[in-house]
Amino acid sequence: MRGRALSDENEKLENLPLDDWHRGKGARMVGFAGYHMPIQYNKDQGGGIVAEHDWTRAQASLFDVSHMGQLMLTGENAAAELEKLLPGAIASLKPGRVRYSLLLNEEGGVLDDLMVTNATPWIEPVLDDEGAEIEAGHWGEPAYYIVVNGATKHDDIAFLREHLADDVTLNHMEDHALIALQGPKASNALGRVMRGVPDGLVFMQSTLYDFGEWPLRITRAGYTGEDGFEISVPAEFVQPLADRLCAEIEVRPAGLGARDSLRLEAGLPLYGHDLTAEIDPVSADLTFALSKKRREEGGYHGHAQIAAALKDGPASFRVGLVLEGRLPAREGAEVFAGDERIGTVTSGGFSPTLGHPIAMAYVDKAHADVGIELAVMVRNKRLPAKVTAMPFVPHNYYRGN
Amino acid sequence: MARYFTEEHEWIDVEGDTATVGITDYAQEQLGDIVFVELPEVGATVDKGKDAAVVESVKAASDVYAPISGEVVETNASLDDDPSLVNSSPEDDGWFFKLTIADKGQLDGLMDQAAYKSFCDGL
Repeated sequence: MRGRALSDENEKLENLPLDDWHRGKGARMVGFAGYHMPIQYNKDQGGGIVAEHDWTRAQASLFDVSHMGQLMLTGENAAAELEKLLPGAIASLKPGRVRYSLLLNEEGGVLDDLMVTNATPWIEPVLDDEGAEIEAGHWGEPAYYIVVNGATKHDDIAFLREHLADDVTLNHMEDHALIALQGPKASNALGRVMRGVPDGLVFMQSTLYDFGEWPLRITRAGYTGEDGFEISVPAEFVQPLADRLCAEIEVRPAGLGARDSLRLEAGLPLYGHDLTAEIDPVSADLTFALSKKRREEGGYHGHAQIAAALKDGPASFRVGLVLEGRLPAREGAEVFAGDERIGTVTSGGFSPTLGHPIAMAYVDKAHADVGIELAVMVRNKRLPAKVTAMPFVPHNYYRGN
Repeated sequence: MARYFTEEHEWIDVEGDTATVGITDYAQEQLGDIVFVELPEVGATVDKGKDAAVVESVKAASDVYAPISGEVVETNASLDDDPSLVNSSPEDDGWFFKLTIADKGQLDGLMDQAAYKSFCDGL
């Protein structure tokens, strides 16, 4: 028996701050994005990819995503400078709000997908001894907290340094870990540990929170399709924080395997597979990340190419496929309409929630409509597949009442 | 009945002129949750050390090799309905296929239970 997935065993891997913690919980570690990372935890303690996947959909799971790049951009012109590289509205993003966006090359290809938070600090008013205001409260220097993919972070940083004006400061927060608490019970668990915190946030909002002496940034977002939180924490405190959260009855650790099957069910693209520098945001079905006003105004990398793709429709399109049977189609599998090759699977697997295989594929525009019957070739077998709206499993975000 | 093991984590039970093949408990543990098993056709000829079946876990696809050469005479139909048998009973109910033994001499290079255990301990 031998796995078909290739892993580069010669790659020099680094340890994340929670490395010992993962190993102590019986994690199986694999190389990912240059780090030793847990793919799944010990079966005897409720681990395994499907068990962790199901637990996340029903309860809450703790994922270590410290491999991801955490950046802080500061400067009066930070938003304007970012808007030259991202197609989203950053200047109008209010403090504490989060936006999904794309880092674009000059041709409009996607270099990375990322989350931007307006992290501009509120400066409290200065009072004299009688309590009278000497200086009014006000917003401090504009700051943007950006989370980028682990495998691309060093290239992203180099690209940002090259393209951002010199008066914007970029700080790579390498001394910070990042953990994600995800699942329908995440809010219950977090609220018990940090009273009131979940109540102050809806999906795509972010706040600073001092948990005792640990300064945290808590963002209500994630990569599973479930309600949940991402918590940025100085690396020295991440282990006790992970222990504190996992002490809650709803919370168990989950690894990269479950993270991948969860995000696939949620229809969320994985950079390097479903998104690359050769793919534009329109083909990737990410037009929601192109802020409406900026679609006309432009002023960002690749705007001409993107505007043309919006007007004429792209040549191919990222779609969801539902397969019959149980045999999964993996990345690279060819997609056919009749005898004609019309696309390629970019990620695929077995959906634990739905009980059948699902996939994302790029297919020619003419075959991209929901309901169209196609076929995927796996080891010379023709598997019937149907174009399906994504997400495959409905999102369960908390958007307030 | 004698049971042999390969370094690729297949097991093979020999009974007279036929043999039963599956993957070991160590193998299923490494693979994780198995969602599909692709078995050879009855009547197909498999060659020692060459692809004979494919196991799909949630994570990835893995090839299963034939421990010896022979003709496939039966496959485990239960795996079509319940591939997780390979996880729950890898060395019993989760067997893959039976084959005729073309050359008994090919069994000589395989490990017995004790040798396989120490092989796994060393991984």
